[in-house]
Amino acid sequence: MSEQALPTDVRVVVNSIGLTKADYRGNPSTLCQGCGHNSISSQIIAACYELNLYPEEIVKFSGIGCSSKSLFYFLNRSFGFNGLHGRMPSLATGALFADHTLRGIGVSGDGDTASIGMGQFKHLLRRNMRLVYIVENNGVYGLTKGQFSATADQGLELKSHGINPYMPIDIAWEALVGHATFVARSFAGDPKQVKELIKAALNHNGVAVLDIISPCVTFNNVDHATHSYAWGKNHETALHELSYVPRAEEILLEYDEGETREVELHDGSVILLRKLGRDYDPTNREAAIKVLEEANSCHCLITGLIYIDPNQPSMWDIFQLTDTPLNRLKENQLRPPQETLAELNRVFQA
Amino acid sequence: MEIKLQIDEQLKTESKIINDFSITVATVNGSGSQTSNAAILRAIFKMGIPVSGKNIFPSNIQGLPTWYTIRVNKDGFVARKREADILVAMNPATFVKDLESLIPGGAFFYADDIRLAITRDDIVAYPMPVKHLIRQVDIPAYLRDYVANMVYVGVLAQMIGIDLEKIRQALEFHFKGKAKPVEINFGVVSLAAEWAKENLEKKDPYLLQPMNATSGLILTDGNTAAALGAIYGGVQFVSWYPITPATSLAENLQQYLPKLRKDPETGKNTYVVVQAEDELAAIGMAIGAGWGGLRAMSSTSGPGLSLMTEYLGLGYFAEVPVVVWDIQRVGPSTGLPTRTAQGDLTFVAFMGHGDTQNIILMPGSVNECFEFAWKAFDLAEQFQTPVIVLSDLDFGMNQWMGRPFEYPDVPMNRGKVLWEEDLEKLDGKWARYLDIDGDGIPYRTVIGNRHPKAAYFTRGTGHDEYANYSEDPEDWHALLNRLKKKFETFKPYLPQPVQEKTEGAKINLVSFGSTEPAIQEARAHLKKQGITTDFTRLRSYPFTDKVKEICSHYERNYVIEINRDGQLHQLLRMHFPELASKMISYAYTDGLPLTAKQLVDFIVSKEKQDE
Repeated sequence: MSEQALPTDVRVVVNSIGLTKADYRGNPSTLCQGCGHNSISSQIIAACYELNLYPEEIVKFSGIGCSSKSLFYFLNRSFGFNGLHGRMPSLATGALFADHTLRGIGVSGDGDTASIGMGQFKHLLRRNMRLVYIVENNGVYGLTKGQFSATADQGLELKSHGINPYMPIDIAWEALVGHATFVARSFAGDPKQVKELIKAALNHNGVAVLDIISPCVTFNNVDHATHSYAWGKNHETALHELSYVPRAEEILLEYDEGETREVELHDGSVILLRKLGRDYDPTNREAAIKVLEEANSCHCLITGLIYIDPNQPSMWDIFQLTDTPLNRLKENQLRPPQETLAELNRVFQA
Repeated sequence: MEIKLQIDEQLKTESKIINDFSITVATVNGSGSQTSNAAILRAIFKMGIPVSGKNIFPSNIQGLPTWYTIRVNKDGFVARKREADILVAMNPATFVKDLESLIPGGAFFYADDIRLAITRDDIVAYPMPVKHLIRQVDIPAYLRDYVANMVYVGVLAQMIGIDLEKIRQALEFHFKGKAKPVEINFGVVSLAAEWAKENLEKKDPYLLQPMNATSGLILTDGNTAAALGAIYGGVQFVSWYPITPATSLAENLQQYLPKLRKDPETGKNTYVVVQAEDELAAIGMAIGAGWGGLRAMSSTSGPGLSLMTEYLGLGYFAEVPVVVWDIQRVGPSTGLPTRTAQGDLTFVAFMGHGDTQNIILMPGSVNECFEFAWKAFDLAEQFQTPVIVLSDLDFGMNQWMGRPFEYPDVPMNRGKVLWEEDLEKLDGKWARYLDIDGDGIPYRTVIGNRHPKAAYFTRGTGHDEYANYSEDPEDWHALLNRLKKKFETFKPYLPQPVQEKTEGAKINLVSFGSTEPAIQEARAHLKKQGITTDFTRLRSYPFTDKVKEICSHYERNYVIEINRDGQLHQLLRMHFPELASKMISYAYTDGLPLTAKQLVDFIVSKEKQDE
């Protein structure tokens, strides 16, 4: 079939590797209508399309919960593994060793990450595994119908569970103190920022944590809750406007240097941060801790790239693997020659 | 009624007892006695005399009593023997008890700085001036404590006839050829031997004489064997968490992989070893790697396996190849973490929730630890399912004789994996869970496959043949039954029972794992008492019809195992209810390896009852 055969009013838009947006699509979502998670799935699709990534070179991982189900709603041409509750980090770590040329996207939720998954989350950060780790954070257990999660605000009132008496866990904060090399927070209702952060995260040589406030339209959308649309829209303070610029493009010059700070990623691409109000340096860990603490005290939502350290070695740098992906090695590369066993036997012999 | 072992009585009446005794060394944990004991053991092995070494140690780093038992036996019976013929007492805390435990006529070597009375006159006591001798050695003071235990090596060598040159070779093995520690330790051994020669008079009957019974054999432990077997099986990914007695398996992998598995041209690694944060993560990583197309494994013990159970259940249902070694210790709970048992069998057989069935391999020697380690990968990948290898502390951490390790005799079986060119030929038409071949085993692709139709979605939730989410009752029913079919398909590929038959035997001794040496010794004693037995060692689960065929042949099958409830006995009766009346359970657990004597006592009393 040639292009001429198509009706003249249909134009197929493709990216620079010849793929259409449809090549990045997933199955229709079965989450609630208006769920912030669906919006995040759309931005993952947009980010991968715009970055010209082959879907086959991305692997999707998740744990258990509404967020984890969303894996099925984007990138059908990517392999995916829906693992166990809170134990996606280990699954992704093992799997990505099979082929170090692939990029991993993990999707988790506040229940999955901040409760059973806290241990694996923290250890993923320590190891600096190259994985985009998105937390679709709504402060509530959706799939089991509306219990408090560990990120729920203290004092929040929910229909069938009364008032939450406990302090919340702040995922961005945990990521930062846990030595994550990329920590960002965003809001599902701000698709442009979500997309730009995902693009930057996909090019980070290490673990990239995106804590995305994604309101639960069914169980936690009371206007005063941090994880609601109304609250998010009213209290969001963007640290900076963000554009991710792949290395090949030269639009850097369009920006006024006085207003931007460039952060160069491992592959030479650059994130541009447009500062709003204050001079914010996301490579300064102390400043990042301070900005989160200030946000806590003034009860506002800081969004944007909170911290980045592009220079820490990732797990790949540490393990020194063969250039050929491990899962493509042949028997002669995996089974040592017979004479080596004869030598070992001699050592153990009488 | 207690049955006396005639053979022992006969030997004791002679003036000399040659190459048939056991030595127990009582020391304090953490005092460096491992090197001394290992040197004695390997030196005797190098003298050509059959030997085994078992460490009866506490769950403690330093300060609690520990005993090392060495069994020397010219006939090759090297199972644990309860009684010590020679005792080396280095620990004041257990001195009195140790002295009491020695058999009449036994030899008692003791550090003379222990100011306790020798209260028995039916034994031979030899004082050893440990502190005095160590002061004469020209080494820094801080090293003296570490080499003090070499004094008893030297004294023992002189008194029972261990070849000093063999001790030097054993030390070279232990220190991997490093000259300095060999020199220091051997210096103490020589000094002590010289002292004993001049100051002690031999009054006990125990003597070693060189033989030719270990020529060509190796002496090693099951965890070393398993690690090497895995390496020759092409292991690519290891994730583990420390737990006694499985730790040394992973540590051996860490030791040998860098030597054996670097790309010869680039020096880059063809393997990954990750010490995970816990067993939950260790198995998560291994399942991820297995799913990704790597030969992936973990090693653990009972408590760790409990933590791994949920992921292994997912692995079974999502059809992910992975190998997990369970080096069994005594449970329930932390139990006796440094003692041995075979108590995880039924747990492993049904591990997982819902209808789960697992392949279990049960090695019965250090050779099978090696062999099953590489075979486990073939089975896991061929059948796309977790494979559990059931070893135990006795195998894992104690020293066993074996044949040299045999190089795998078949090429790796990577199972039904489709790559880009395969999908090209199929025009992209394939489905992850479709049973094309009718054997219950579908085809799979792995990550990194760039074909646009390669990807599929793996999940623990219900799915159809195309890996799509499904709650359809028919899909669920069909999927679970296909998994069951797979379970039937792989039975013939599993290691079949090992059998030893004797003319006219009416009873059969059935076992698995590490109990064979005690059983073989028991069979020899039983034969002397007119009880002829056959022997069957099971090597895998699920059982095949072969097991049924074997057991139905006998009037009585004694099912022998180291646990309380007779777990093998339970499984056999469950699978072959028609044979239930022919199965007699001998299940005993106290944390220690089985002895021939306890088995002989049991079977003789049962058989007498029967007459």
